[in-house]
Amino acid sequence: MSETRFSEETIKVVNSIVSRYPEGKQKSALIPVLHIAQAEFGGWLSSDTMDYVASLLEIKPIEVYEVASFYSMFNLKPVGKCLLEVCHTGPCMLNGAEELVSYLERKLGIKSGETTADGMFTIREVECLGSCGTAPMLQCGRDFHENLTNEKVDALLDKLKAEGKQKSYVDQD
Amino acid sequence: MAGKKILLEHIDVPGINTYEVYRKMGGYRSVEKAIKSMSPDDVVEEVKKSGLRGRGGAGFPTGMKWSFLAKPEGRPRYLVCNADESEPGTFKDRYLMEKIPHALIEGMITSSYALGANTSYIYIRGEYFYVLRILEKAIAEAYANGFLGKNILGSGYDLDLYVHPGAGAYICGEETALLESLEGKRGNPRIKPPFPAVAGLYACPTVVNNVETIAAVAPIVNMGGDEYAKIGVGRSTGTKLISAGGHLNRPGVYEIELGVPVEEFIYSDEYCGGIKNGKKLKAVVAGGSSVPILPANLILKTANNEQRLMSYESLADGGFVSGTMLGSGGFIAFDEDSCIVRNTWNFARFYHHESCGQCSPCREGTGWMEKILHRLEYGHGKMSDIDLLVDVSKKIEGNTICPLGDAAAWPVASAIRHFRDEFEWHVNEPKLCLERNYGISQKHEVVM
Ligand SMILES: Cc1cc2nc3c(=O)[nH]c(=O)nc-3n(C[C@H](O)[C@H](O)[C@H](O)COP(=O)(O)O)c2cc1C
Ligand code: SF4
Ligand code: FES
Repeated sequence: MSETRFSEETIKVVNSIVSRYPEGKQKSALIPVLHIAQAEFGGWLSSDTMDYVASLLEIKPIEVYEVASFYSMFNLKPVGKCLLEVCHTGPCMLNGAEELVSYLERKLGIKSGETTADGMFTIREVECLGSCGTAPMLQCGRDFHENLTNEKVDALLDKLKAEGKQKSYVDQD
Repeated sequence: MAGKKILLEHIDVPGINTYEVYRKMGGYRSVEKAIKSMSPDDVVEEVKKSGLRGRGGAGFPTGMKWSFLAKPEGRPRYLVCNADESEPGTFKDRYLMEKIPHALIEGMITSSYALGANTSYIYIRGEYFYVLRILEKAIAEAYANGFLGKNILGSGYDLDLYVHPGAGAYICGEETALLESLEGKRGNPRIKPPFPAVAGLYACPTVVNNVETIAAVAPIVNMGGDEYAKIGVGRSTGTKLISAGGHLNRPGVYEIELGVPVEEFIYSDEYCGGIKNGKKLKAVVAGGSSVPILPANLILKTANNEQRLMSYESLADGGFVSGTMLGSGGFIAFDEDSCIVRNTWNFARFYHHESCGQCSPCREGTGWMEKILHRLEYGHGKMSDIDLLVDVSKKIEGNTICPLGDAAAWPVASAIRHFRDEFEWHVNEPKLCLERNYGISQKHEVVM
């Protein structure tokens, strides 16, 4: 892997994020910057990445580790290029979330929590995503996929395979 | 009672997500009115008169909360919008922000003016990143049109507004955890006092309000607090966004005038259109996963046989013995075939996952409840487990730093209160219950 370092462009974005908080409160930028770092450095936060973010924000590495390990969106281990996050909480369960997970498992030949051998897909079950009226659903990167049926899942997986990646959370558009 | 729409009045107008159309439909009038003709205290007064109560779950009177804000000389004050929306069953804030982002931006400006905040933040759950981009675009439009930035409308009032993402943690919806998170820390709730009104963000006086609460401030300023207070019923003034999900024919977000009968909300075609597949209603969780579940008879009518209304008071009628709470307005309907034990286990798993781990009763208790419910659900329960669950829930309730502990205890205690026979059935007929619930899916292995 190349050196853990943001491009000039990204540094500008980081600086503008830091400027949203009062003087000396640059630590507030930590979560937004970790989102960017995760997107830019392979979809997860290695200790190199976290140390780099710590140095950028002039805080201690431990302050980054403790935050990265607290929040469920930060991956401390590598995941597939497309992370299929199925909501399995009550309202979604009532409307077929378990069947959706089973279908994905059969289609991809992996269990929930695992990654396909080609590193393309990871299935993960997550808690309520604020999409309970359009269950069952899954989130892949930034996009919500709602009211899912087996046919819609087939089409989604085909599309993701063709594109080779998910839409990043931090894309500007 | 035909639905009065205030927040969603223009939801179907094409392009309402843009500044142009929003403005043409009367948007940003509250900012003009407040800044040009009212003092900040006048705005607070109108909000007090309106009777508006917090839409994030607790229902605390907004005007009163605002009047508690400390105003020490020479220190900034902050308004922080709570857009963390993670209470299972709740998706109204996402809907409002996505469809009419300017409604929140306008509310933020008018409210910030009232509170004397010059920097305000919208803390949005990280999973809603696409909504964050929508809000950022709306904010850029508001700056471009002179409603944000320096010297707004030539008044000398300055305001900067930023959106800040979380990263997946229900607990960050709790206001002090949210502030910790906004400071770049783990979302561990703070011990109160001090309350945020005195020492909140960066230890400065801070008001935290829900998206819907803040959005409601604009129409309140426009129509006047007294006028707003005429809408609704009793102390439940105004309208409320309800997120309807579960086994309903027409799930989705509905704006209701507070006081609509629950029965009408579930069955009329104006709202949810009845239970899916022609089935019967078994139970309802009326205000998000944290509030007590009620069986069909008690959600439609109170214990005194009065019609139950969608209002703070009516839903709470009967206390926790036979009532529940309006909460965040996450309305989940369960049909006759739903398994209450399974759902209770599902919610217990949620709270266990989301406990921040600071207090032992919550950290350990939520784990125990999940484990016991799992064993009941998967056919390994004992009769004594049922009372053990009640006991654990009682030991959590009231013994924790933040209300997540209570929120974890109530669904369990209420499910047993109202559906004890179903828990007993799981103990007596483990095979039948496994067959009923898992004939369809064999993926879960029983891990003891
Ligand atoms: C565990 C927990 C989660 C919460 N989640 C949310 C939330 O997602 N959104 C929200 O507005 N309020 C949430 N609240 C309530 C907030 O603490 C706070 O009361 C609310 O934001 C105040 O705004 P309001 O008065 O406008 O309702 C939560 C509370 C607790 C204890
Ligand atoms: S009650 Fe639970 S979530 Fe709240 S502070 Fe204690 S451990 Fe954390
Ligand atoms: S329960 Fe699945 S999105 Fe809310």
